[in-house]
Amino acid sequence: MSSSRRERRKADPALSDPERLYVITGDPDGSERAALDLVTMVVSKSQPTPTVQPEQAVILRLCQAPLSVAEISAYLSLPFSVVTSLLTELLATELIESRAPIVRATLPDRSLLEAVMHGLQKL
Amino acid sequence: MDFRNSDTITGPRSEDVLPTTATAAVKVVIVGGFGVGKTTMVGSVSEIRPLTTEETMTQAGVGVDDNFGVESKTATTVAMDFGRISISEELILYLFGTPGQERFWFLWNGLFEGALGAVVLIDTRRLEVSFDVIGRLEERGVPFVVAVNTFPDAPNHPVEALRSALDLPDEVPMIDCDARLRASSRDVLMTLMRYLHRLAVPLG
Repeated sequence: MSSSRRERRKADPALSDPERLYVITGDPDGSERAALDLVTMVVSKSQPTPTVQPEQAVILRLCQAPLSVAEISAYLSLPFSVVTSLLTELLATELIESRAPIVRATLPDRSLLEAVMHGLQKL
Repeated sequence: MDFRNSDTITGPRSEDVLPTTATAAVKVVIVGGFGVGKTTMVGSVSEIRPLTTEETMTQAGVGVDDNFGVESKTATTVAMDFGRISISEELILYLFGTPGQERFWFLWNGLFEGALGAVVLIDTRRLEVSFDVIGRLEERGVPFVVAVNTFPDAPNHPVEALRSALDLPDEVPMIDCDARLRASSRDVLMTLMRYLHRLAVPLG
């Protein structure tokens, strides 16, 4: 029984880096991710198909009503970058559609700000 | 891959489901030091229970994280709480609040770039944690207002002293608030929107 004690492995600097946490792939050609913002709105165009990954099937189910990328990330408990990777495929296969957010670059747009103020006043 | 069974992921509550017309979104970022009340503010004005999204920072975070004893750490998770306000049937306002490690917020690509503007939430007891935030917003050209979250035991500084300590330009609005109160947090957002509106008015 003298050899039953666990042998402590020598620290190898090359192994001390954490493994990548997420290995969702399916993007073999390494193409660019779609330009998705935290508040890009996503809507499903289709029911889940047999070929999509489970995570993507969930996205297709959740996005029957519009959801932001941030909300998808929150409900799936997956990091933003992982979600954008999943969404990029769904966009490429036209299973979802997305609407880019209105960003500051499009300002000055006083009518937008007035609409936001009007909405806030109703709170 | 540890992914929860898809049947257990329920998504928004039925009352939180957006109408199909909701296709336009804008965002505002609430920034400030740890414990200053960002999540409280998000929660007080949000129509949904605040949600959390996260991102894993790798490599880029090395050397700027000053956590002791974790020198070998090469990935840092940055979580953000966020909430939502339906402005109209079409337009949705998202509010993002971010946690303590200020330097990481700015590594999150796109968080500030697309935002309409930012609210810098400050605690007068720990004013210095806001210096870095304000400097970086100025560098990036993100318009912001300063909201002073009133804590019961915080010293009551005159506004001018606070402005001076923060080296705040005269045109940047500063407002007292109680982040726990919906009306007060809404007033902060209104102050930001009015400021943005002024900025949008052509000069001359």
